[in-house]
Amino acid sequence: MKNFHIAIVGGGVIGSSIAWELSKYKLDVIVFDKGSDVASCTSKANSGVVHSGINSPTSSLKARFCVEGNKMLQPLADKLGFPIKWIGKFVIAKKESELKELERLKKVGHDNGVPGLEIKDEIEVKAQEPNVPCYKALWVPTAGIISPYEFTMALAENAAENNVNFLLETEVKDIQKKENNFTIQTNKGEFQSKILVNATGLNCREIVSMLQEPDFDVYPCRGEYLVLDKAYNNLVTSMIYPVPPKEQGVLGVHITPTIEGNILLGPSAEFIDDFNDKRTTRKMMETLLSEAKEILPNLPEKAVINAFSGIRCKLATPEEGGWADYRIEESKQTPDLINLLGIESPGLTGAPAIAKEVVKMISKSIELKTKTDFKIKKIKKKRFSEMISKEQSDLIKKDKRWGRIVCRCEHVTEAEVINALSNPLKAQTLSSVKYRCRAGMGRCQGGFCTQHIVRIMKDCFDIDVNNMKLKSVNSNLFYGRTREIDDD
Amino acid sequence: MVEQGRLMMINLKVDVAIIGAGPAGLAAAISAYENGAKDVIVIDRNSWLGGILPQCIHDGFGVEEIGISMTGPEYAEMYIKKAEKFKITFLRETMVLQLDKNREIIAVNKQELLKIKAKSIVLAMGCREKTRWNFMIPGDRPSGIYTAGVAQAFINLYNIMVGKNVVILGSGDVGLIMARRLKFEGANVLGVIEILPYASGLPRNVVQCLDDYDIPLYLNHTVTYIKGRDRLESVTIAQVDGKMNLISGTEKEIKCDTLLFSLGLIPENELSRNINIVIDDVTGGPIVNQIFETSISGIFACGNCLQVYDTVDALSLGAKHAGKHAAKHAMGLKSKHNNYIQVVSGKGIRYVVPQRINKSGKVHFSLRVEKPRESATLHVFTGDNELLKKRLPWINPANMMEFDVNIDEETIKSAKKLEVTLDDK
Repeated sequence: MKNFHIAIVGGGVIGSSIAWELSKYKLDVIVFDKGSDVASCTSKANSGVVHSGINSPTSSLKARFCVEGNKMLQPLADKLGFPIKWIGKFVIAKKESELKELERLKKVGHDNGVPGLEIKDEIEVKAQEPNVPCYKALWVPTAGIISPYEFTMALAENAAENNVNFLLETEVKDIQKKENNFTIQTNKGEFQSKILVNATGLNCREIVSMLQEPDFDVYPCRGEYLVLDKAYNNLVTSMIYPVPPKEQGVLGVHITPTIEGNILLGPSAEFIDDFNDKRTTRKMMETLLSEAKEILPNLPEKAVINAFSGIRCKLATPEEGGWADYRIEESKQTPDLINLLGIESPGLTGAPAIAKEVVKMISKSIELKTKTDFKIKKIKKKRFSEMISKEQSDLIKKDKRWGRIVCRCEHVTEAEVINALSNPLKAQTLSSVKYRCRAGMGRCQGGFCTQHIVRIMKDCFDIDVNNMKLKSVNSNLFYGRTREIDDD
Repeated sequence: MVEQGRLMMINLKVDVAIIGAGPAGLAAAISAYENGAKDVIVIDRNSWLGGILPQCIHDGFGVEEIGISMTGPEYAEMYIKKAEKFKITFLRETMVLQLDKNREIIAVNKQELLKIKAKSIVLAMGCREKTRWNFMIPGDRPSGIYTAGVAQAFINLYNIMVGKNVVILGSGDVGLIMARRLKFEGANVLGVIEILPYASGLPRNVVQCLDDYDIPLYLNHTVTYIKGRDRLESVTIAQVDGKMNLISGTEKEIKCDTLLFSLGLIPENELSRNINIVIDDVTGGPIVNQIFETSISGIFACGNCLQVYDTVDALSLGAKHAGKHAAKHAMGLKSKHNNYIQVVSGKGIRYVVPQRINKSGKVHFSLRVEKPRESATLHVFTGDNELLKKRLPWINPANMMEFDVNIDEETIKSAKKLEVTLDDK
């Protein structure tokens, strides 16, 4: 079938949230993503923070969706089984002069409907965070952490189980609107839909320009991060933010514990020209370390096990202060084209609320009928390493592959790798495995597990070595066999 | 053995449990058995025995030990055959999850969770390779980046080719050997990049793996940038000065599809750290006494998790020493832990193993120096008392040095510190 009610371009957290909401209705929905997995761009590379809503101006869309999304996430996590932790955050004032900024944030938060905000003094902060010296700090109890890719994958996979079509490694080349339908040209063929949702993040302008003259520009702003070894996870228990810098509409280099037990330092903020340029730089690595040390003087020198960067989709230039509100709207020129523009932080938090809003917009064009067979398959998401012995033992009895550890750092089992590779999206890259079960994410960075994952890909999934990829269509891992002739 | 509804675990009681069936674990197991331990069990996470040896298909193993040059698999086979003659139990595909101070091990395999209570334990977990991030090399994150050991495993154990045009960063032994190995398989090896002014692998490997195949070695160079959004496209290298600062203007881009890291090895001691075994910051391994016993009584360490060796021959010798004393401990011969002489690495010395002495007799030391020297004299002192003075021809950080010192009862009683130093005379 090539005709759909709704086509969503982009399988990030926004596209996947919308797909999941739509999977509850009797609709034919398709999602295109040019990556080899969902969450392969900005949705993967961010702080993984559930924001409270203190940072966006009152009555902005950013504030509204952030506060609404924040409340929706726990019930969603309970349903879909992705992890979320409400660890709270401190915004710290290093000196008296920064206190005004804390008070301003507290007021904005209060006006936005954020509960429980409290300015704590040095001793109270010290009691909770002994490694963080400060003058005073704003305590934000409703801030939390989430794994951004696990969240996105949970939404997308459940949507796929409820018959949403996900076409990965599929690039939209051109779109035309004829009569009441969009015709979408891709490298995987031509598709038609009544409604088109543009959830392409950084590429949102490119999609719009296929149909009309865009009335906006995108200013990519790169953020680099450093990941610390789990051995240092006791440095902080909550998120620690500085008072936000004045420019660029960003939150400043902060210290964020991750769901997995690492600590992130970052992000930097650097406006760049090429929004595919996800490099890390020596300069920023040094800056991140020195700025993080301002917050955390005890930060050890050799704690970094990885570095990455993600790119913010901004609709305002640095000269304009870098801040612009989201644009979530049906195009006036092209009816039934729903654009989600400039979805940057707090987009991860806002995603479930944004998806509800988009569904409401769709309901004006298409009558939505609830599916009777919508199902949430409660997959056991608990990792082997988090189970008690009884649970581990029971699983090994049922399937002996639960007893074979293939990732030494994270204690990931063969069964978990097989489950990861069996995902309903059919994403089967090394990264798909890593982001689903953590194999390869530890301190040895794949030194032990890579060969075992490759063995499983070959033996259990019959993937040819030439088709094994790291993360994208052209990121082949190997160049065939050493002795092709001997190979049977 | 297995009770329904209760906590189900296989319970084992043994004299000596050895964690790791690489060369160190094998040698320690055989030695423990030969020295009287009855139940010896060796636990390994892989399906095979010998650890890294089966992928080391080059020769040179065993030359110092028995005067015969063998390949890694042959060397491993020699030990495995011997172990099989003895009643040594091997648990393969078995991962140790937890270790406690009372020498109880929790492990898992496809059959079940296991609880192994041992009278003594030998740590032989080996080491892992340093990665890109130990050196914070910036740039993109494409495919085509492997540590040299991972590349070696793919080529030699799985017949999978990792790349065609290869640059190797770091002149550690595995990197040098892989340079030659890739050349044999038809790859273009574009160069080995080393930040130091000398190779960090053994000199014989520089000659046999690089010089003999015209593979360039760029000393005083490092990789400053990695480029490629999908597969690796190029690396940028640049020269460094004497203080390892980049010299601007010396950058050079090398087109390649594969980058291997041979940046050194890190002893694997997560299990040791979890039970607060004292670790030496320099070696990365546990601090041990003259019988290779760690700071926890009855737990011994050997092989690359104790210190990174440059030859398997020296490693096996040390592992046998640990295995022997683990057996003795299991049979009730326990050493005292209260008083010890601290071994101090003085001028010119990077580290010395063992780090503590608490019993008189001949002590076998191994050490690494800080930098290469044409000639030097080694001194071992306790206070003003010189225990050893030894002229050395030439020395190099890549070559571990070994020497014996006799320590008498008087020294044990009176000395607090034993200092090892080096001078140019």
